[in-house]
Amino acid sequence: MAFSIIKPGLLDTIQDLGRHGFGNIGVNPGGAMDVYAAQVANLLVGNDQHEAVIEIHFPGPQILFEQNTLIAITGANFSPTINDEEIPRWQPVVVRKNTVLHFPSLVQGGRCYLSVHGGYCLKKWLNSYSTNLKAGAGGFAGLALKKGDELPFNENTIYFAGLLKNESNFETLPWRVNTEKIYQYPHEIGFLPGREWECLSPSSKNALLENNFLIHPSSDRMGYQLKGSPLALERSVELVSSAVSFGTVQLLPSGQLIVLMADHQTTGGYPRIAHVVTAHLPKLAQLRPSDTIQFKLMDPILAEQLLLSRQKELHILQRSCMDHLNEMVC
Amino acid sequence: MSGLSSSYSVFPLGDSAITIDLGNCIDEYLNVKSIAIQDWLVARPFPGRLDIVAAYSSVTVFYDPAGMVLAGIAGPGEAYAWLEGLLRKAFEEAGPLPDTLEGGRIVEIPVCYAGEYAPDLEKVAAQKGMPPEELVGLHTAGLYRVYMIGFLPGFPYLGRLHGRLEIPRKPQPEAVRAGGVGIAGMQTGIYPLDSPGGWWVIGRTPVKLFDADAEAPALLRAGDQVRFRTISPVDFREISFANSSANL
Repeated sequence: MAFSIIKPGLLDTIQDLGRHGFGNIGVNPGGAMDVYAAQVANLLVGNDQHEAVIEIHFPGPQILFEQNTLIAITGANFSPTINDEEIPRWQPVVVRKNTVLHFPSLVQGGRCYLSVHGGYCLKKWLNSYSTNLKAGAGGFAGLALKKGDELPFNENTIYFAGLLKNESNFETLPWRVNTEKIYQYPHEIGFLPGREWECLSPSSKNALLENNFLIHPSSDRMGYQLKGSPLALERSVELVSSAVSFGTVQLLPSGQLIVLMADHQTTGGYPRIAHVVTAHLPKLAQLRPSDTIQFKLMDPILAEQLLLSRQKELHILQRSCMDHLNEMVC
Repeated sequence: MSGLSSSYSVFPLGDSAITIDLGNCIDEYLNVKSIAIQDWLVARPFPGRLDIVAAYSSVTVFYDPAGMVLAGIAGPGEAYAWLEGLLRKAFEEAGPLPDTLEGGRIVEIPVCYAGEYAPDLEKVAAQKGMPPEELVGLHTAGLYRVYMIGFLPGFPYLGRLHGRLEIPRKPQPEAVRAGGVGIAGMQTGIYPLDSPGGWWVIGRTPVKLFDADAEAPALLRAGDQVRFRTISPVDFREISFANSSANL
């Protein structure tokens, strides 16, 4: 009941929707960078959205399936293949025992997500499966996946062999997700003004609204360092440390911006210029170093509406995936 | 509310978090009040609540607005207003402020301020124009309040440092070993994990500040008081050894 890592990728970690509730002991939420893709990966294979998934960066791993398995791959397009045959993304796929999953080329996006039906059989740490690399805890032994790791799955009741045609290495199941709305206009990132937005000089406000910002190569799961025309405060502000969030845009002393991402520190003291709206974090998570961002001021009501409609669509997706799966196996 | 006017502010931290700021400063009373507000909120859970983080003089509530709306806590577009009301109520009801600030748990931390355990001690002492022994004496003389835990899992922000030890951060962060005791500004702190850090490391404790496997992973919590006690390198190794044996 497992698969094994034949060859690890750049950074493959177990994630879920985050470790919430431990900020007061300095433990950050972590979790999937693209929460939407992680949720959908789970729902497509009939899991609860809170199950663990593997977050994969490019170059990706090579994975040997030791049993017939129902999987889904969502998020970035690293052209996944089973025994060198391309398989679809954002769609459930039954893969045959002893086949190998591989990600030969980077087409588009920052990270993809791999779910298995039933979920990975792991122990939670502080209520979450997410890997906290700094603390060396959570996920799979608190580490990124490495060669030889065997990931066990939870018991499942579906007999997948019946869904595989003779000779074929995989079978695509006939339901998929339309993700167009979530990722459209990939470079346009909506934001709400932060507490120190009004401290920016008028020309800096304009620069933030008008100019493009480049994602610096040193960007990672902790934060995206942006490169653009330096911004300046009209009057200096001294802040004592306070809580920051996934999406907080801070102004560094150099005049450059940093967007805090999933593995951000719990607290910070740099001016909070803006906050990326939560509904646009999946888009941001799929941008890569050297990509550009255009910030768009958004109405807070709209920001919340986007989240609400996304949540409602996920509920519908969950129900229809369960119905499809039940029909398949009955 | 002695000394505390109603001069607080409440503002959004994006679309999924809200902060109440009591004054943006390092002040024991504001910190006590912040922790009281945090405790008041912790005791009153609601659907969609994700986290509550108290800092020096602020408290932030993280929430899922869609979850709140779907649970019927707030109508569409009303989650923020609902939370603002909750924070104002927390400010009114949490506390009251204690007459004195004593009464917190006192935790003694053994620290070796010598040799390899104190990579920056001599530099800081030279900069301050005092012998290293005097610097250590000033550091161990203080009883420090844990204002907040942040930056790293279990990292305590302790204050206030003796005025003669005040020093700006390092220009560039350097590698710090787990247990490193640092000073910067008017603060002192302890690195729970190996990490880059910008504070001057004047000693190291063998005590684990963060133990992922423990039921309560962080040794310290906001509101505790900390006193440092000098130990020798031999003591350091003995305590480290005892700690690692205890985990076998």
